[in-house]
Amino acid sequence: MCLQLTYVVKSGLVGFPLHQLNTKILPTLSATIPTPFPLVFSAPIVSFLSFIFSSPLSLPSSPPIFSPFPSSLPIRKKMATAFSPSKFAAQPFPLNTTSQNNPLTIPTIASPFLGSTRKLIRLCSSSNLNLRRRSGTVVAVSDVVKENKSKSTPNLLITKEEGLELYEDMVLGRAFEDMCAQMYYRGKMFGFVHLYNGQEAVSTGFIKLLKQQDSVVSTYRDHVHALSKGVSARAVMSELFGKTTGCCRGQGGSMHMFSREHNVLGGFAFIGEGIPVATGAAFTSKYKREVLKELDCDHVTLAFFGDGTCNNGQFFECLNMAALWKLPIVFVVENNLWAIGMSHLRATSDPQIYKKGPAFGMPGVHVDGMDVLKVREVAKEAIGRARRGEGPTLVECETYRFRGHSLADPDELRDPAEKAHYAARDPITALKKYLIENNLTSEADLKAIDKKIDEVVEEAVEFADESPVPPRSQLLENVFADPKGFGIGPDGRYRCEDPKFTEGTAQV
Amino acid sequence: MGFRNIIGRRLGLGLVRRRKPFSTATCDGDGNGNAKSINLYSAINQALHIALETDNRAFVFGEDVSFGGVFRCTTGLADRFGKARVFNTPLCEQGIVGFGIGLAAMGNRAIAEIQFADYIYPAFDQIVNEAAKFRYRSGNQFNCGGLTIRAPYGAVGHGGHYHSQSPEAFFCHVPGIKVVIPRSPRQAKGLLLSCIRDPNPVVFFEPKWLYRLAVEEVPEHDYMLPLSEAEVIRQGSDITLVGWGAQLSVMEQACNEAEKDGISCELIDLKTLLPWDKETVEASVRKTGRVLISHEAPVTGGFGAEISASIVERCFLRLEAPVARVCGLDTPFPLVFEPFYMPTKNKILDAIKATVNY
Repeated sequence: MCLQLTYVVKSGLVGFPLHQLNTKILPTLSATIPTPFPLVFSAPIVSFLSFIFSSPLSLPSSPPIFSPFPSSLPIRKKMATAFSPSKFAAQPFPLNTTSQNNPLTIPTIASPFLGSTRKLIRLCSSSNLNLRRRSGTVVAVSDVVKENKSKSTPNLLITKEEGLELYEDMVLGRAFEDMCAQMYYRGKMFGFVHLYNGQEAVSTGFIKLLKQQDSVVSTYRDHVHALSKGVSARAVMSELFGKTTGCCRGQGGSMHMFSREHNVLGGFAFIGEGIPVATGAAFTSKYKREVLKELDCDHVTLAFFGDGTCNNGQFFECLNMAALWKLPIVFVVENNLWAIGMSHLRATSDPQIYKKGPAFGMPGVHVDGMDVLKVREVAKEAIGRARRGEGPTLVECETYRFRGHSLADPDELRDPAEKAHYAARDPITALKKYLIENNLTSEADLKAIDKKIDEVVEEAVEFADESPVPPRSQLLENVFADPKGFGIGPDGRYRCEDPKFTEGTAQV
Repeated sequence: MGFRNIIGRRLGLGLVRRRKPFSTATCDGDGNGNAKSINLYSAINQALHIALETDNRAFVFGEDVSFGGVFRCTTGLADRFGKARVFNTPLCEQGIVGFGIGLAAMGNRAIAEIQFADYIYPAFDQIVNEAAKFRYRSGNQFNCGGLTIRAPYGAVGHGGHYHSQSPEAFFCHVPGIKVVIPRSPRQAKGLLLSCIRDPNPVVFFEPKWLYRLAVEEVPEHDYMLPLSEAEVIRQGSDITLVGWGAQLSVMEQACNEAEKDGISCELIDLKTLLPWDKETVEASVRKTGRVLISHEAPVTGGFGAEISASIVERCFLRLEAPVARVCGLDTPFPLVFEPFYMPTKNKILDAIKATVNY
């Protein structure tokens, strides 16, 4: 029987203690309620039924997507009247025949990706589903659990080296952001600064799987994306201070981290503006591979954005384009439940963002974004899909920002109990615990990493402090491709060389 | 709508000087009633309270308005008038404005907030193609006069590319909408109430720099200031300076400095950019013979160009010097270079002297 479920990390089922197991299986409903309800701790199969009734839904009633008995549970009225089941008798999204055309087979490792299209077709055709409630990649818990029980040895998700790499990256992100806050309050940094504390698992989980040529497109909360991608802390800090040694020569600031070398296509201050840009970048990669025949070009683009963006037109337009043209892109939604002061649940008709994927013909996956290993597993497959040419994926990472929207935000609107709930699920402490409990590393090693990162961040601040401020002439550069693009003035000289072009003394 | 009656009742002891059909009744902003010293966002907040009080089909919506907004302009509205009239929208500017047009077309007063003027561009299509043309293309069967779009605009010192733009010039090129920019709290309250009650769609830009910085005595009662009337805020005889919004305070400083050099400057606040008061400016230029326009937006294609062309058309023989424009540079609004980019007091002073000594 095919059960509608959120994506289940198969191999992770063994590696994690039971309560974490349930956090994976249990879908977003209880987790997206901004109340301090802990996720239900009970046996996997029964849990998903019980939680529906246990958590007080402060939302409009949502379809019980996890019910094995479609007819017996309440159906959202809107759906019942608007659509008849017969309309959806056909497959809800065109599961293309990529797997048939593409010689690449599903990886034959011990734990095949359960959401892969081939298996999906098999799973779906074998049951009488009420496809209205399809929530994306579909996995039968019973199948998963069965496969797991057949394993005799637990396999860990990461090796020691990978674990340390992940830890270091997350600590770098956290330490850097904390230092940003300090610098801001000391007046060395200015403008609108948005910090990423608490969401490091998403950035690390995804970006650490990329190659140098893969592209990342981010939002205004982009410092840590740039750092994870490889931009040095010095360059990012200098950019924040507005110095010439910054990654954009000091012209952009906090919300505009670009790096040609590491293929970071920016920070975008405007929500949703980066998604079409990422779509275009993904198209280029596919074009190079298929038309220009650069067969080793399998560059993937990741587009990061938030929950508020998922109500914006650009998001939907790009989901459509990406799925239509099967672009190698992964849309990563960092759902931290709040858009400045607006709760995601009050702003969105259907708060389960991953369901928007299948509506456009791509898998929609939900994952617990506070756990870097789960994110990494999902990322592996989504990026793998894109690399193999199977098309885009929408991944919803449920995460949380520990600080306010920006450093100017007093952050009064969020319930302290909600904040405490998520603070207890700090991704860095969780990874630390995992590493130590599974004997991958020792406390001392991790402390050494902490110390190293502190030094890196301090050195970055010193570097930024000592760097020169950009000269005034830089103001006129890069408006056009031709730096002399302002034409010729009345005296026959290029206007941008005329000192009077920036006439007068500057007064702050 | 019977708003004339409402105004009449509300004013009580207030003086009503003129009443024209379909125009904003004039009442001087410093008339009767208690006046309190408040800043710009409080003045706008008061105006919104009054607007919602006096018309039960008025709505305020936008991003984050229900808790008060990122600039606190909408505090208390949701508590007082309820979530059915003051509500948050999702993050979709195009949707917000389009939705506002629909509300207005059905006879409501839609007061849409765009969180920063820099974010207004997705809504530009709806404003230009729908709001501006609704009455025209439906042959006056429908109109979206009840629509008012409020957006904070302008430099704020640290805003960077996307929190400091001045897009007024784009909107001034669209026949069918009005563009209004206040310079101070008292002006803001009166102008905003006029805009909300004006039977045409209006884009109201609020200088965000002044939200907290500008403090003025603002009467607590309901009053409106006329649209499309420029105000001469400083009399002079040597040169006319034209500006709007936050830039006026910079220009005023320049005027004071020029005074010390014996140059008498006349300063005009346009208040409404579209349709703008050509007569007042022309009369002033006929008096002085010189004109200087200043705005934060980039100089090429900024609204100063329109003013310059119109004045030259009308007063060519009277002009003693070319029309001077001291505006932002033709670059995207910079982050670190903001002091160099902005039309500062010194730049204006230099231009005043150059024009006077032409």
